[in-house]
Amino acid sequence: MQRKGPQISSVDRPLPKGKSEVSLSAFAFLFSEIVQYHRTRASSIAELERRLEDAGTGVGVRMLEILSYREKGNRREIRLQGILQFINTNIWRCLFGKVADSLEVYNDDEYVISDRSPLVNRFISVPKDLGDLNCAAFVAGIIKGVLDIAGFPAEVSAYYAPVEGQIHPRTNFFMKFSPEVLDREARLGT
Amino acid sequence: MAQRPTAPRGRNPEQTGQAAWMATEKVNAELFTLTYGAIVRQVLHDYEDCVEDVNKKLDSMGFDIGCRLVEDFLAKTSTTRCGDFKETAEVVAKVGLRLFLGIGTRVGEWNPEGTECVITLDTNPLADFVELPEKYRDLSFSQMLCGVIRGALEMVSVRVTCEWARDALRGGDGYAIRLL
Repeated sequence: MQRKGPQISSVDRPLPKGKSEVSLSAFAFLFSEIVQYHRTRASSIAELERRLEDAGTGVGVRMLEILSYREKGNRREIRLQGILQFINTNIWRCLFGKVADSLEVYNDDEYVISDRSPLVNRFISVPKDLGDLNCAAFVAGIIKGVLDIAGFPAEVSAYYAPVEGQIHPRTNFFMKFSPEVLDREARLGT
Repeated sequence: MAQRPTAPRGRNPEQTGQAAWMATEKVNAELFTLTYGAIVRQVLHDYEDCVEDVNKKLDSMGFDIGCRLVEDFLAKTSTTRCGDFKETAEVVAKVGLRLFLGIGTRVGEWNPEGTECVITLDTNPLADFVELPEKYRDLSFSQMLCGVIRGALEMVSVRVTCEWARDALRGGDGYAIRLL
């Protein structure tokens, strides 16, 4: 197929408002197919989670770019607390239509965002032989992508945390930041 | 548990599709677009940039989705058996694509025998933000969608060939799928 002249590139078009939607089932089918795809190629649960995380990272990088234009008026976040709030509210609301259920500090360098029922896990039941696979590793990847590209390198992982009196465990996203992030935080003062 | 709202049966496919779309739960299209982009990139990487194989793989992944998706489709729209291929094409375009992707479509360019048509998409949520570099010019980025249609129709004993007739990413004018 021949290209017809120069095309209008997507950066020359106005930024979409981000209001368009597709059906939840379309996303669920796509996500399940992605998990299947990675499952056939991963030799262990840890590898499968790592692959899902990698897939999410790309989404996070792009989400940060688009949202910093759209909602932050091109301002860059330089404080740890600020970027965490941004993920907790703006990113979550944009991607999943609600803010995350909680954001907690464990240690100085360890933070946890927790969500009662992550969108990606709603239609997924993990078979016994896959143990404690949590497909929200994909969301952990999104968080990692945002943090890395914003200059807050961190290790992010997703795991189930049982809640007393409830059948379904919550999913926690555990973030451990690199020492340089905390050094900078200390330098910037309060 | 609250009863899920069922879509009232409209008179024509357009209305059925619209009603089903209103009743269904939705997610942000950007999440969908970027997630789809992530899988295409992964497949490209895994197949070492062999575009032909990637197209095939995307198509077969779509086929698997289609096989499972048809059940969801029938449950949500209470569609009955289609009389002829013309009706089938209308239902795919007006109900199916509307229900899952929320997009408007037109069916046209029928051949005289009525066995081939082109579904034109108003927008393509799979390909937002996408530009293909020169080395991937033969990549059929949204091939998965064709696979989905093929898979879903296969499940209701309609065997079709489904391919992109026009693809804006490859220099075409808008997005259109050929069904035959």
